[in-house]
Amino acid sequence: MHAIHYLCGNMKSTALHQTITLVKKDILLELRQKYAFYGILLYIVSTVFVINLMIGKPEEKIWNALFWVVQLFVSVNAIAKSFMQENRGRLLYFYSLVHPRSFIAAKLIYNILLMAIMSIITLVCCVMFLGNPIINIWYFLGVIMLGGISLSLLFTMLAAIAAQANQNAALMAIMGFPIMLPLLMMLSSIARSSFIIVYQPGLPKLFLMMGSMDVLIIALSMVLFPFLWKD
Amino acid sequence: MAKHWWKALAVLILTYTIIAGFTHKIPIIGTNGQSSRGLYFHVPMWVCMYTMFTISVINSLRYLSGYDLRKDALASAAGGVGVFYGVLGFATGTLWATYTWGSTFTSDPKQMLTAVALLIYMAYLVLRMSISDIDKRARISAVFNIFAFALLIPLTYIIPRMVDSLHPGSASTPGFASKDTDNNMKMVLYPAFIGWTLLSVWIFTLVVRYKKLELKNIFK
Repeated sequence: MHAIHYLCGNMKSTALHQTITLVKKDILLELRQKYAFYGILLYIVSTVFVINLMIGKPEEKIWNALFWVVQLFVSVNAIAKSFMQENRGRLLYFYSLVHPRSFIAAKLIYNILLMAIMSIITLVCCVMFLGNPIINIWYFLGVIMLGGISLSLLFTMLAAIAAQANQNAALMAIMGFPIMLPLLMMLSSIARSSFIIVYQPGLPKLFLMMGSMDVLIIALSMVLFPFLWKD
Repeated sequence: MAKHWWKALAVLILTYTIIAGFTHKIPIIGTNGQSSRGLYFHVPMWVCMYTMFTISVINSLRYLSGYDLRKDALASAAGGVGVFYGVLGFATGTLWATYTWGSTFTSDPKQMLTAVALLIYMAYLVLRMSISDIDKRARISAVFNIFAFALLIPLTYIIPRMVDSLHPGSASTPGFASKDTDNNMKMVLYPAFIGWTLLSVWIFTLVVRYKKLELKNIFK
């Protein structure tokens, strides 16, 4: 709990400072417990292994679809935990110390980092178990980073809402999946360029849409989270 | 009685819309045939849905600025009526698509994204049901409602205009402009917008009265 004590000593610190400290706290907790990390790791490996047992090495279109479905469930599982580990007492403690905006910013940054690592692990697992149909690996890495960021931003906001509604996991699915759908559709069509050499006319537009969606979600989280936290 | 003239107006206009809409002469173009009459029922549903969702999000914003539960009742009533009109719009649209595009569910982006937007709003209604504490329900669902509205506009209005779609007004198809819509059809279409919107507001006021009765111990 060094980080929290550290936080205590800096009550008048700036928003940026608070955010960085909270991110450090989350990383420290994760490094100590390693609960979320290994839990998700096991989840990824077993999911991909099951797919391998069922269909062996799929062709690139199915590979792409399966990859994004795995990513979706990994992000739901990884990020739903981000508010569950905070019990009421600790949340109240944070509430008295930091501005809610710093708190949500810290959660967003931490989840982006977590999701970036998870995306790479999923990619490695998929390549190991399901074969490697990717031609343009750097492009695909970029796309999964973009996808990881978008997924984690969205699910952080939804987890914050679900956390207020008695940590209801089913609620997270109900709220999250319709929003997820267009995002995943865009991601899988952006990713297509890394499997086959093909000219996709609307590609820059799709990147623009993804980017603006991310900006929209960040802005909404920043504006709306303080209202969620007034308990 | 003076307060209720618009309800009579709604009934009159809708009677006119339905009778004229099914009987008057319309241009028969290609695969559209007589199904163009769907215009008087399909498009106004979306106008009503957007009206209701706009009322809903404005009341959610007002709730968050003052924490007045009456505003939450307005927001939830408008959300419910909006979903109802959205479902009607989707139903009339799929009916039209069945005969004009040859399939009830095409992979048309506007159709798919509208279904997604409706699911998001249904999630709003489910979210409301899942929280029993009234103040907490109001606060959290207001936040989600604003979130949903911010996604509704790009999903149903911006993205379908940027990509290829079977709907008019997308990247590759011409939009409905006042200059290329038949004059005869405009005579019914514009009153239809007003009539259906008035009806949606009427339903909305009834739902609001019901919600307020439910909570009358709190409002007093």
